[in-house]
Amino acid sequence: MEKAKDILTAEHFSVSFMQRKGLWGMQKLPVIQDLSLKVREGEMVAVVGASGSGKSILAHGIMGLLPENACVGGKLFFRGREITAKTLKELRGHRMVLVPQSVSYLDPLMRVGEQVRNGKKDIISRRRGRETLERYGLGEETERLYPFELSGGMTRRILISTAVMENAELVIADEPTPGLHLEAAKRVLSHFREIADAGAGVLLITHDLSLALETVDRIVVFYAGTAVEEAGAGDFSKEESLRHPYTKALYRAMPEHGFLTVSGSQPFVTELPRGCFYGPRCAYFSEECKGTIPYRGFQEGMVRCLKAGQFRAKGEDVHETGRKKSDVSV
Amino acid sequence: MKLEGKNLTFQYDKGERKILNHLHIVLESGERLGMAAPSGFGKTTCCKILSGYEQPDEGEVLLDGRPLSAYKGYCPVQMIWQHPELAVNPKLRMKEILKEGDRLEGRIIRELGIEEGWMRRYPGELSGGELQRFCIARALGERTKFLLADEITAMLDLITQSQIWNFLLKETSDRGIGLLVVSHSEELLKRLATRRVEWE
Repeated sequence: MEKAKDILTAEHFSVSFMQRKGLWGMQKLPVIQDLSLKVREGEMVAVVGASGSGKSILAHGIMGLLPENACVGGKLFFRGREITAKTLKELRGHRMVLVPQSVSYLDPLMRVGEQVRNGKKDIISRRRGRETLERYGLGEETERLYPFELSGGMTRRILISTAVMENAELVIADEPTPGLHLEAAKRVLSHFREIADAGAGVLLITHDLSLALETVDRIVVFYAGTAVEEAGAGDFSKEESLRHPYTKALYRAMPEHGFLTVSGSQPFVTELPRGCFYGPRCAYFSEECKGTIPYRGFQEGMVRCLKAGQFRAKGEDVHETGRKKSDVSV
Repeated sequence: MKLEGKNLTFQYDKGERKILNHLHIVLESGERLGMAAPSGFGKTTCCKILSGYEQPDEGEVLLDGRPLSAYKGYCPVQMIWQHPELAVNPKLRMKEILKEGDRLEGRIIRELGIEEGWMRRYPGELSGGELQRFCIARALGERTKFLLADEITAMLDLITQSQIWNFLLKETSDRGIGLLVVSHSEELLKRLATRRVEWE
């Protein structure tokens, strides 16, 4: 079988913000560090992380929509060509589109139909606009509505429509499901699945692991601003096939898998521990974890852990109690 | 104790949108009532009425047979919201936000995993999971008898979700607090609820 082509490649991508501290000082906030991932043709990849872990920044970083005080590092490639300020202009909104998080990204004073058509008024665009809305179960009358007249579920479908209109090769969806009940959320994700099945690449950014697992091909687990593991969706069927202690802990925290907890919480960007970011909460933490931890290929996935594969089998697994903050050397 | 919503009816837009239609709901001390329904069915409105934030168009809310509005001072029925960032004053430091609640045992703050360093921060400097811990602490003052949890972990990651619920399970059963759990997650309700209401 021919290998699917890469659409988006991120290599050691990082984003940090400069923030004022006190009267004279400046402080650097590293929101995303050393992130590498790939989205291929026909593939749906989810980046899963807790709220406040910098996921939306990733979406905006790829689209080149960050504010001016952001510093971006690493490299991004679109179909093998590096994304620069110049190429971004032709890519953004045409070959690469963002489905933003909320209704606030729509123009409140413009009728929905017109926004879906991107303001175009010719007959072909009108017809395409109508067809696209129809595809998502929105009738002709929807075109004349203003954004404030839409329900939560309708808003998502309008936002998706604006993206589909362009026949983009890469669709980035930023948290498309919050505020929707389960059935509606599943329907929204199935729309993205259709886009991927038609040949485009979809990057889904979400906090809802259980929901993502039902539709995506691969999962990138995001912790404290970096990727700690990349796994196939099927790897989540049992704990042993997962690679990183954090992902294993996520698995065990699911209500259907024991509802177990690990103490502590994700570190704030200004208080990142040295070495492994998960170290202070990890039962396998040792001296060697205080160095730089490479992101490496492991069992057909990726992992950022020195000890992947060395964990004992389930059953004899020690209960992860985590360490107290005071034990961490800073 | 017994919290009772009798014949609750509520509508928005001058009757254009009927949200609740003659709803009866009873919550007893020490039980955990699970509630699931599609969005737009009025789960949040129901919580708001039961905790006294909103008045129903018809019907009444009784706590041990007395109208909830007859209880002066701290309200024994407390609600926790889905979006913690919208439930706190962005201009107050976290330690001030905690003071908005009733007297609070230091034990609760520790058991929720709230760290000393977070107290001096503003809400914008904390993650959703960290903020939600403060909102829960604020609602768990000494005189709280009933707790209404409206999708309180829907926005959080799985580990934070299980931390928060494991704490709440213990705390509510130790103190005999009645708990209403609103969630769209069937698996979560299976874990938590001692009784279920189905919405029609």
